[in-house]
Amino acid sequence: MTRTLITNARLVDPASGRDDAGAIAIDGERIAIVARGHDRRLSDFDAARTIDAHGAVVAPGLVDLAARLGEPGSEHAGLLESELAAAVAGGVTSLVCPPDTDPVLDEPGLVTMLKFRARNLHRARLYPLGALTQGLKGEALTEMAELREAGCVGFSHADVAIRDTLVLHRALQYAATFGYTVWLRPNDAWLGNGVAAKGPLATRLGLSGVPVLAETIALATIFELMRDTGARVHLCRLSSAAGVELVRAAKAEGLPLTCDASIHQLHLIDVDIGYFDAAMRLVPPLRQQRDRDAIRAALADGTIDALVSDHTPVMEDAKHLPFAEAEPGATGLELLLGAALKWGEATKLGLSKTLAAITSRPAAVLARSRGAAESNKRGLDEGAVADLCVFAADESWSVDGTTLASQSRHTPFARYEMPGRVRCTIVAGQLAYEAAG
Amino acid sequence: MFGRRNPQLNANDELIHLLSIEGLPVATLQHILDTAGTFLSVNERDVKKVPLLRGKSVFNLFFENSTRTRTTFEIAAKRLSADVINLDIARSSTAKGESLLDTIANLSAMHADMFVVRHSESGAPYLIAQHCAPHVHVVNAGDGRHSHPTQGLLDMYTIRHYKHDFTQLTVAIVGDIVHSRVARSDIHALTTLGVPEIRAVGPKTLVPGDLKEMGVRVCHDMAEGVRDADVIVMLRLQNERMSGAMLPSAGEYFKTFGLDGAKLALAKPDAIVMHPGPINRGVEIDSAVVDGNQSVILPQVTFGIAVRMAVMSIIAGNSP
Amino acid sequence: MSAADQLDAEALYAELRAGVRRLLKPDGALVGITSGGAWLAERLQKDLGLAGAPGVLSIALHRDDFSQRGLSGGAAHTKLPFDVDGRHLVLVDDVLYTGRTIRAAVNELYDFGRPASVALAVLVDRGGRELPIAAACAPATLELPADKRIRLARDDNGRFRFEIR
Repeated sequence: MTRTLITNARLVDPASGRDDAGAIAIDGERIAIVARGHDRRLSDFDAARTIDAHGAVVAPGLVDLAARLGEPGSEHAGLLESELAAAVAGGVTSLVCPPDTDPVLDEPGLVTMLKFRARNLHRARLYPLGALTQGLKGEALTEMAELREAGCVGFSHADVAIRDTLVLHRALQYAATFGYTVWLRPNDAWLGNGVAAKGPLATRLGLSGVPVLAETIALATIFELMRDTGARVHLCRLSSAAGVELVRAAKAEGLPLTCDASIHQLHLIDVDIGYFDAAMRLVPPLRQQRDRDAIRAALADGTIDALVSDHTPVMEDAKHLPFAEAEPGATGLELLLGAALKWGEATKLGLSKTLAAITSRPAAVLARSRGAAESNKRGLDEGAVADLCVFAADESWSVDGTTLASQSRHTPFARYEMPGRVRCTIVAGQLAYEAAG
Repeated sequence: MFGRRNPQLNANDELIHLLSIEGLPVATLQHILDTAGTFLSVNERDVKKVPLLRGKSVFNLFFENSTRTRTTFEIAAKRLSADVINLDIARSSTAKGESLLDTIANLSAMHADMFVVRHSESGAPYLIAQHCAPHVHVVNAGDGRHSHPTQGLLDMYTIRHYKHDFTQLTVAIVGDIVHSRVARSDIHALTTLGVPEIRAVGPKTLVPGDLKEMGVRVCHDMAEGVRDADVIVMLRLQNERMSGAMLPSAGEYFKTFGLDGAKLALAKPDAIVMHPGPINRGVEIDSAVVDGNQSVILPQVTFGIAVRMAVMSIIAGNSP
Repeated sequence: MSAADQLDAEALYAELRAGVRRLLKPDGALVGITSGGAWLAERLQKDLGLAGAPGVLSIALHRDDFSQRGLSGGAAHTKLPFDVDGRHLVLVDDVLYTGRTIRAAVNELYDFGRPASVALAVLVDRGGRELPIAAACAPATLELPADKRIRLARDDNGRFRFEIR
């Protein structure tokens, strides 16, 4: 069993709100000692390795509720390896992946295989979502209990809209039978087709637009079905101010729902498309200033529970096409920390509350979705699992092809200065990533 | 992609590509219109050729078919003494799966000097301008719904020819504006040239409210839209609009938003009627109006060749 | 050889007028190259009692330095109010230097037809020819360094003077 000691750290634990100077001792897979100030137990701790975290923050590892790894199904070799490596390079220790792989994650065997391969890489923990319907066709239900047993933490329809409300109703009813959480992106099947957000910019550029209606109509439908079935839902990738308002009201009503928004909606707007920059071709599309402002406020007040990277590997040429034909998506695992810190700086939330959006709050969503009893040992508690991110909050780095570990280099944040440089990432007590130099 | 600098202009603010009218200084537009005037007189000579583009290769890359537009660009290029090669990409290599950029790279290797590009997707010419060799110039012959700058320019030339002063005009653009690249180019040009009243006229399904952010007044009533107008630009109505549930029928469209003699009488007595073509007689415009004495539709075609000669010669003379 | 500061444009114009009168054939026509040559042709047309207006010629479309300089602004274009075919023309310009302007002017003329003859009359010949071109009438010759430019200017009363920069 490895024993590791991290010293001279600034310990930030969003779950408790604590922010202290101190040290952490890790024994095997768990945190053995959390020492705030002088602690006699440290002198008895026989560490095999010591990490000096001078000038760095030690926080719980990041939990990313939306990251595509491209496997199974990618034509590019080694994608699972590279993307899980990118995750820990970004301080992400747990990630949830949607089922829109090729083949779709609708068979227990595929899920078992994926989890097995990921486990053997000893990088970030992988929590797959199972498909809600077979093949994501929106017709027949999947064997949710079997998929749960194989390791699916919830059931999702990724970005594929379910056209048939009867099917959606039945899927929610069935999931509610077992208390499974259904992860849905609110997007109307017919109004939601378009490559940009409907508005003056899309009109000026001649791009087909997705109106806010596509999100609000879908939300209203989902909430009605939730009231009827009692299903628990996690809403994915909220994008509009109107959508945020509906979620706020639904939560106030007491509906069992959580939701997330991506780093793109947090920072960018439609005008950033500029001269048809395909890096901005994203799903959901970038909306307007007031939508971004609403998302930022909602993430601060907890209406939006978690910030996600929405990591979607897009390879070389797939963006070298006219805007509407370019493949949507962007790399994001390594940008989640910086995107959160940038938002935190702007909203002056303080480091602990800022990090909560990418650690304790998504961890709570994940735990509830897994059906795991909410452990009272979490975050930086003694006895909690040692999933940690050590990063220099005062350093920044420039986003470009040479600084990204992911095989996919397309991001709308290219050439941005991202705050927060990860020094090392620990998963289950093991050093899963260490920065060079 | 291009940072924030307008990709059509070089560091000296000279035009090196024509991708859109948006963002072009008014002096640039006027330079193009003035130069077109010179070429109009060239087109009336016995020898309709000048050597400005001699030895240059102009490739017409039409990813979307249009014999009319392609022909006018071909005539314009040949009158500038350029060698013209026509590529109907819709039927050739990309049908076999060659990527857009590979096609461009192959053509650049054949020493192309200028690409005239028409594509069904908005923004395609920007992608091409970003990836072609530095000395190659790109002219947008129409990209998706976004822009048809040479049409916008020839429409301005036409208005200037008959009305002279842009700053006193009321211009009505009627029809399927939401899907029209011609309408967008006209609107940008009219606002840049200082036209005080620009009206976008049509049913709500074809004329969305957020058009007013482009500087136009949205009218959902034809009579109100054309009343006292100096210029009426009629746009073609495509059949897809009926099948896409935007309109019930061509007949109802003609009754409510078509231009016939009665509606034309609401405009100023010396109002001119324009249309980018091809015309759907009896759908957006009455035959009698097309053939009437207020129609300047045929002169538009003549002006179109001179304007394209002006655009091609101006950009070919500027280095990146 | 005159010194630059001794050039009296009005005096030279008088000599030019006498020279052009000798060059002009019956039923011949004047063509002035914009802008200095066009001003000269305009005054010559009147002073020589010729009917109608002289031709005005822009070389913009036939310049040989188009790739370097591009198409310049300015809307001047060629207006020839007579038929070029079979006509004896006198081409008028203010300064003759490398000869390239004249070459372009003759090419432009040929776009309109086939003249019977073209004679060249200029106010000043500054040498430095790069093409085999000569003026039949040039009241003044002048040597100028290559970096200096000389051209005709006209004040509000129509009086000519030279500008050297």
